Amino acid sequence: MDWLRLSPDEWTAVHLSIRVSTWATLVSLPFGILVAWVLARRDFPGKALLNGLVHLPLILPPVVTGYVLLLTMGRRGPIGGFLDQHFGIVFAFRWTGAALACGVMAFPLLVRAIRLSIEAVDRRLEAAAGTLGASPPWVFLTVTLPLILPGIIAGMILTFAKAMGEFGATITFVSNIPGETQTLPTAIYTYTQIPGAGAGALRLTLVSVAIAMAALVASELLARRISRSMDLG
Amino acid sequence: MSLAVEVRQHLGAFGLEVAFETEGRLTALYGHSGSGKTTLINLIAGLGRPEAGRIGINGRTLVDTGSGIFVPAHRRRIGYVFQDARLFPHLTVRQNLAYGRLFAPRADRWADVPRIVEMLGIGPLLDRRPARLSGGERSRAAIGRALAASPRLMLMDEPLASLDDARKAEILPYVERLRDEAGIPIVYVSHVIGEVARLATDIVVLAAGRVAAAGPAAEVLARLDLATPEERDETASLVEAVLERHDEAYGLSVLRTAGGTWRVPRIEAAPGTRMRARVRARDVMLALDRPERISALNLLAATVVRVTEGPTDALVELDAGGDCLLARVTRQSVVALALAPGLPLWAVVKAVTFDRGNAPGRTPGVGLAPTGRDTRS
Repeated sequence: MDWLRLSPDEWTAVHLSIRVSTWATLVSLPFGILVAWVLARRDFPGKALLNGLVHLPLILPPVVTGYVLLLTMGRRGPIGGFLDQHFGIVFAFRWTGAALACGVMAFPLLVRAIRLSIEAVDRRLEAAAGTLGASPPWVFLTVTLPLILPGIIAGMILTFAKAMGEFGATITFVSNIPGETQTLPTAIYTYTQIPGAGAGALRLTLVSVAIAMAALVASELLARRISRSMDLG
Repeated sequence: MSLAVEVRQHLGAFGLEVAFETEGRLTALYGHSGSGKTTLINLIAGLGRPEAGRIGINGRTLVDTGSGIFVPAHRRRIGYVFQDARLFPHLTVRQNLAYGRLFAPRADRWADVPRIVEMLGIGPLLDRRPARLSGGERSRAAIGRALAASPRLMLMDEPLASLDDARKAEILPYVERLRDEAGIPIVYVSHVIGEVARLATDIVVLAAGRVAAAGPAAEVLARLDLATPEERDETASLVEAVLERHDEAYGLSVLRTAGGTWRVPRIEAAPGTRMRARVRARDVMLALDRPERISALNLLAATVVRVTEGPTDALVELDAGGDCLLARVTRQSVVALALAPGLPLWAVVKAVTFDRGNAPGRTPGVGLAPTGRDTRS
C-alpha cells in the first residue's frame, strides 16, 4: 500500500488546490449574489450584455479565457498593472491568479444557481416585510437572503467543484509551477507527461474523487438541514 | 383616528377613482371581486403608487401626488394582514411576531406581545413554523405579527377568504376582540356581506372602482340599491340594545331598546351588557291589525317611514318607537296593505342575531395599548 502515500510535492498540490478553490468560492460569492440579484430583479439597458458577459466563460474555450486574463490581469495588462502598482496585488504566475481564473470560470454557475433561487422567492413575502417596517436592505438581509440560502449553498458547492477541476484557464494564465500554481489537475497532467509516473496520477485522481465526494455529501447534508429547518421538505 | 383617501389609478381597462373619509373603529371596504378593494388598500399600505390623489391618516399625509409626497411602505407603520397570511416560512411563529416588533421605533412600541399572543390564542403555536399551521392558525399568527409592529392602522384583506366556514367561525371572534380591545382602527376588506354586517362600524361600498356608498354601518346596510340577491337576504337594520334581565323559566333574555323591550332566546351575557341586534329585513313581517295568538314573541307597534320598491320586492323602513326597522315584503303586499309613509302597523320580528359588545359608548375593554393610550379617538 506504499504507493498510496502522497509525496510532499503531491501534498502541496492538494493543499494548494483546496486553498485556491476556497478563495475562489468565498471571494466570488458576494459578487455572485450581487450580479444574480441585479439580473433577477432589475431592468436596465445593457442587461443582456451583462448576462452574456457573465456567461462567456461557460461558452469560450478555457484557454481563451485564460489568455484574456493574461492580457488584462497580467503584470503588463491594464487591470493587472494597475492593481500591482497601487495595491501590490499580483495575479500573474501566483496562486492568487489560479484562484482568479477558477473564480471567473465558475462564476456563471454561481450566478445561475443564485439567480434561479432569487427568482423563486415569493416577492409578496418581501412586501409583507416592508409593511412591518423593514427597509429594502433589511428586507434583503432578513427575508430574501435566508430564503435563497439553499441556492447560495448549491452555487458555492458548484463553484468549489468547478474550481477544483479547472485546468485550461489556470494553466494558460498562471502556468504550472509546483508549489505556486500547480493544482491537482495540472499536477495530474504533469504526471501523465512523464513515462512511468502512472501511480502518481492515480493517487491524485483518488484524492480528487474523495474531495469531490466530500463536498457533495456536505452540500447534501446542509441542504437537508436547511429545508428541515424551514419545514419545506 | 381619521383616514382620508382620494385617489385615482388606472390599471389597463380597470380604473379606480375613489374618495372617502372614515373615522370608524372598523371600516369595511365592501365590494365584489374586481371592484378594486385590494388595489385600494395596497395604495393605503404603500405597496402601490396612485397616479393622482392624496392619502392621509390623522392629518399626516402619506401620499400627495400634487406635492410629490410618497411615504414608502416601511415608514407608514400600517399593519397589513394579507389574505394569504404571508408568514415568513423560515421563521417560527414566535420569530414572526418578533420580526413585527423589531422594526417598530422604540418610543412607539406600544404593542404588548404576550397580550397579543393571549388575545389571539396562539400560545401553543409559538414554536411552530408556518408550514405546520392550519389555515386558521396562520390567519391568527398573521394578525398577531401585524399587531406586534405597533401599527397606527390595521389593514385586513379578506383574512377569512381562504378558510372554510368552521375556521371562519374560529377567527371572527378574534377580529371582534381586535376591534374592541386593541384600540387601533381597522380597515377590513370583504366581499361577504355577513362578515361586514357583523364586524363593521362603518362601511365603504366599492363597485367597479367607484364608491357606491359610504357611511355608518347601519345606514349603509339599510340601502336596497346595493343589493344582489345574496346581499338582499342580509339587508338588515341594527338596533342598539341593553340586556335587562334573564327569564330563566323560559330560557329567554329581555332586552331594552329605544322603542321598548324585546324577548329573545337566552343570551350568555350579564345584565347591563350593551349589544347590537341585527334584524334582517326578511325576518320582519308586517300586519295592519295586532296579530293575536301568534308564536312570535316580538310584536312592535311601528309607523311606515318609507317604501322603496325594487324590481321584485319592496323594502319598508319602519319607525318602531325610535328603533329603525326594515322589512322586506312582496310588491303585492305593498298594494294589498296599501303601505305608505305614515301608516301605523305591527311589525313581527321572527329572528334576531347579535353582535356583542359592539355598541358605541360601551366601556372600553382592556386595550392592548398599556397605560391609557387610546388611538381610538
